Amino acid sequence: MPILSLVTYAPLIGVAAILALRFFGRAEDPKTVAAAKWIALITTLATLALSVLLVVQFDANTTAFQFVEDSPWFAGLHYRMGVDGISVLFVLLTAFLMPLCIAASWRSIETRVLEYLIAFLVLETLVIGVFCALDLVLFYVFFEFGLVPMFLIIGIWGGQRRVYAAFKFFLYTLLGSVLMLAAILAMINVAGTSSIPELMTYKFSPGLQTWLWLAFFASFAVKMPMWPVHTWLPDAHVEAPTAGSVILAGILLKMGGYGFMRFSLPMFPQASELFTPLVFALSVIAIVYTSLVAFRQVDIKKLIAYSSVAHMGFVTMGIFSGNAQGEQGALFQMLSHGLISGALFLCVGVVYDRMHTREIAFYGGLVNRMPWYAAVFLLFTMGNVGLPGTSGFVGEILTMTGAYGASTWTALIAATGVILSAVYALTLYRRVVFGELVNPKLGGIADLEWREVAIFAPLVLGTLALGVHPSSVFNLTQTSVDHLVAAYQAAVGG
Amino acid sequence: MSLPAEFGLACPQLILAIAALALLVWGAFAPKATAAISAAGVVALLGAAAAAATGPLGRAFGEGLILDQASVFAQVAIYVASAIAIPLGQPWFERRGVRNFEFPVLILIAALGMGMMAASGDLISLYVGVELHSLALYVLAAMHRDDAKASEAGLKYFVLGALSSGLLLYGASLIYGFAGSTLFSQIATAVSGGASTGVLFGLVFLICGLAFKVSAAPFHMWTPDVYEGAPTPVVAFFAAAPKLAAMVLFARALAEGFGGAVDQWRQVLVVIALLSVAVGAFAGLVQKNLKRLWAYSSIANIGYAVLGLAAGDAQGVQAMLVFMILYMVDVTGFFACLAALSRQGRSMETIDDMAGLIKEQPGVALAMTAFSLSALGLPPFSGFWAKYYVFKAAIGAGLGPAAVAGLVGSVVAAFYYLRLVKVIWFDASPGATDRPPLEARAIGVGLALFCFPLVMLALSWIDPWARAAAAAFGLA
Repeated sequence: MPILSLVTYAPLIGVAAILALRFFGRAEDPKTVAAAKWIALITTLATLALSVLLVVQFDANTTAFQFVEDSPWFAGLHYRMGVDGISVLFVLLTAFLMPLCIAASWRSIETRVLEYLIAFLVLETLVIGVFCALDLVLFYVFFEFGLVPMFLIIGIWGGQRRVYAAFKFFLYTLLGSVLMLAAILAMINVAGTSSIPELMTYKFSPGLQTWLWLAFFASFAVKMPMWPVHTWLPDAHVEAPTAGSVILAGILLKMGGYGFMRFSLPMFPQASELFTPLVFALSVIAIVYTSLVAFRQVDIKKLIAYSSVAHMGFVTMGIFSGNAQGEQGALFQMLSHGLISGALFLCVGVVYDRMHTREIAFYGGLVNRMPWYAAVFLLFTMGNVGLPGTSGFVGEILTMTGAYGASTWTALIAATGVILSAVYALTLYRRVVFGELVNPKLGGIADLEWREVAIFAPLVLGTLALGVHPSSVFNLTQTSVDHLVAAYQAAVGG
Repeated sequence: MSLPAEFGLACPQLILAIAALALLVWGAFAPKATAAISAAGVVALLGAAAAAATGPLGRAFGEGLILDQASVFAQVAIYVASAIAIPLGQPWFERRGVRNFEFPVLILIAALGMGMMAASGDLISLYVGVELHSLALYVLAAMHRDDAKASEAGLKYFVLGALSSGLLLYGASLIYGFAGSTLFSQIATAVSGGASTGVLFGLVFLICGLAFKVSAAPFHMWTPDVYEGAPTPVVAFFAAAPKLAAMVLFARALAEGFGGAVDQWRQVLVVIALLSVAVGAFAGLVQKNLKRLWAYSSIANIGYAVLGLAAGDAQGVQAMLVFMILYMVDVTGFFACLAALSRQGRSMETIDDMAGLIKEQPGVALAMTAFSLSALGLPPFSGFWAKYYVFKAAIGAGLGPAAVAGLVGSVVAAFYYLRLVKVIWFDASPGATDRPPLEARAIGVGLALFCFPLVMLALSWIDPWARAAAAAFGLA
C-alpha cells in the first residue's frame, strides 16, 4: 500500500467531500457549514491516524529512505516519495497540528467557511508532500504551491492590513524560490537526475556548490526566516487568522530548516562549511536582535512572531554546527517550537476571539477571571523561555552544545538569547495575565471552554512529554542524523 | 517528386484553401447560414489537423514546403487552436449584432497562412505565409466595424504590420542577394564557412520582422493597443496560434538557414528575450485594462519562448515548442473567460470589474485564477512546466545569468497576476454579472482543467512529441 501518497492526499478526500457539499447545498446554510467543519475535522484526524501508523511502521534503524514510491513521469522526472528519520517527524507534526487548527477556527471564522476549510486541507496535502517528496521538481511543486492557500488564508480571513501582508508574504517567498528553481535546474542539468537520494551522494564541484548553496539559501533563509529577510513574518503573522499563524509558525517555517538539512548540508557540504560563519553570524544576530525587538512590541502576536525568528536562529545555528548534537537539537527545536509557538498563537487567539484586540496594554489581570487560561499560557510561556522540563529546553541546550563544538563565541552570544527570551516572554505574561483587572471591558471575559481545553490538552501533553522524555524523538531520528553528520564530516574532511 | 505526391504532402493546406473558398461562395449565396458555415469551418480545420497528423512526411515544391515532425506538430496545434476560435467568436459576434459569415472564412485563411509558415522551407513561402495570415488577422481585428476602438486596432495593426513585413522582405532580399538562394538549405551551405556581413545584416532584419510578428520587445508597441481594441474572442485567437506559427518559423529560419551561425544570432535573441521579459513585467504593473495587461503578459511570455530558442540546441527548441503549446492554452483560456463575462450587457474588461467574481461566477473565476497563477509560473499549473522547460534549456546551454534574470522578471510580473487574484477573491462584488454564455464558459473552464490537472498527464506525450519535432531542425 502506498502509505505516503495516502497520507499526503488524504486531506484532498475531505476537499472533494466539501466541494460536493457546496455543489448540492447552499454555501452559507448553517447546516452545510457545520457539516463541512466536521468533514474537515474528521479528515484531518484520519490523516493524523495514518501518519501515526506511518511512524509505527517506520524502521528507525536504517539510513535508507522508507516507504519509497517511484514511478516515471515525463522528461526524466519521477514521481518519487519516501521518508527518513528526519522527514517522518515533520509529517507527524503537520498531521498533529492540522486538526487543532480546524478546531481553533470552529467559531472564529464566520465568512466563507467552506473555502477556508478547503484552503487548509489543500495546504496540509502540500506541506506533507514537501516532506515526503524525493524528487527535486516534485519537492518544488509542493513547496511553491503552498504559497497559494496561505496567500488566500491571510488575504481573505486576515486582519486589517491583510492584503499588504499577503502580497509581502507571497512575493518575498517567491523571489527566494525562483532562485532555488534556477539552482534545481542547474543541478538536473549537471547531475542528470532529479532524484534527491542520488543527488545526496553526487559530488558537485566546489565552485558550483557555492552558487547552488546561495540559491537554496535564498529560498530557505526567507522561509525560515533568518535575519535580515524576516520582515515578512511579523506582518504575515499579525494579519493571519489564528489558525493561519499556527500553521505558519508551526509548520511552514520548518520547511526552511528541513531544506537546509535535506539539501544544503548533504548536497553542498563544502559550500556549507564555507558559509558556516555567515550562517552563525546571521543566527546570533537573529537571536539577540529580534529578541530585543520582541521586547518592544505592543501587539501580542507580533511579539510572538519576533520570538519565532529568534528561536529559528537556534535552529539554523544548530544545523550548521555540523555535529550530531547540533542537528538533533535543531530538529528537536523545530518540533518543540511547532508545538509551543502554535500553542502561543492559540493563546492569543483565545483572548482575541473574546475581545478582538491584540494590544498588550488592553489586557492585564486576566488571571482573576481566567485561571485555567493563565495556567496554560504560563506553561507555554515557560516552554518558550526554555524551562527545563518543557520541550523548549532540550532544543536550546542541544543546539548550543552543538554550536559550542563548532564556534565558542557563537554559543556564548546565543546563550544570552535565552536570557533575553525570558525577559520578553515573562514581561508579556506579567502584563497580560498578572496584576489587577483594571480594564472594565475585561470584566465579563470567560475562561476556556471545553473546545479550547480539548485543543490545548494535546499541546500541553506534547510539550511536557517531549520535555521529560526527549529520547522518544531521538530514537526516531538518531540513525538518519548520524548518517547525515557522518557524510558531511567525511565530505569536508573534518 | 511527382506532382500528385507533392499535392499529397500539401493536403492540409489544400483542405483549408478549398474549404475557405467554398465557404466564401456558400456565404455569398446564403449569408444567414452562419451557424452551418461555422460548423463546416470547424470540420475543415479538424480535418486539416487530422490530415497533417497522419499524412506523409517529406519536402515538396522545390523545398518550399517542408513536412517534417516539427511542421506537423505546429500545424496540428495551430489548426486545433483555430478550430476553438470559431465557436468562441461566432456567437459572441452574433450577440453583438454582427452576423458576418466571413468570420469562420477569415479564420480558415489565417490558419492556412499559419500552416504555410510552419511548413515553409524558403524565404518566398515564408513571406507568403506571413502575409496571408497577417491580412486575415488585420480584418479580424476590425471585424466589429461599428466599434471605433476595433477599427482603430485594425488600422494600427495593419500599418505596423505592413512596416514589419517590409523589414522582413528587406531582410529576405539581402539574404538572397548575399547567399544566392532563397532556400534555407542552400543558405545554410552558403553560410557554412562563416556568414558574410551582408547576410548577417539581412538576418538581423529578418529577426526584427519576425520579432514584430511575435510581439517581442523592442517591437512590441502595437500589441497592447491592438489587444485592447480588438474583439475579445479575436484576441483569444491571435494571441495564441499565430505566435506559435511565427515562433516555429523563427526556429526554422534560424536553425535550417543559419544553424552554423548560432553564436551570431544567439546574442540578438538573448537581448530580445530579456528586453521582452522586462517590458512585459514592468509595463504590466501599471495596467488597469485586463486586455492590455494580458498583452504585456504575452510580451513577457514570448520573451521566455525566445530565451528557449536562444539556447540554440535541440533541447532549447523543444522547450520553446512545449512552452508555446502550454502558453496557447493559457492565453486562449483567459480570453475565453473574459469573453464569457459581462455585467448588464457591458463587457467586463478592467481589473476592478473582476471584483468579487468568485462569488458571482465561481467556475469562470476559478478558471481565471488558474490561468493567472499559470501565467505567473506557479507549479503545478501548465505555465510552470512551460517555464521549467525553457529555463532548463537556457541553463543547460550556458545562459545561466539570462535565466536568472528571466526568473526574477517573473517575480516582478507576479505582482500583477496576484493583484488579479486578489481582486477576484478578496474584494466585494459591485453588482450582479450576466449569466455567461455556455460556449465561452465551456472553453474557458475546459482549458483551465487542462492547465491543471490534465497537463500533468498530457506532458507525458507532449514531451516526446516536441522532442521529435525539435530533432527535425537538426540542431545539436
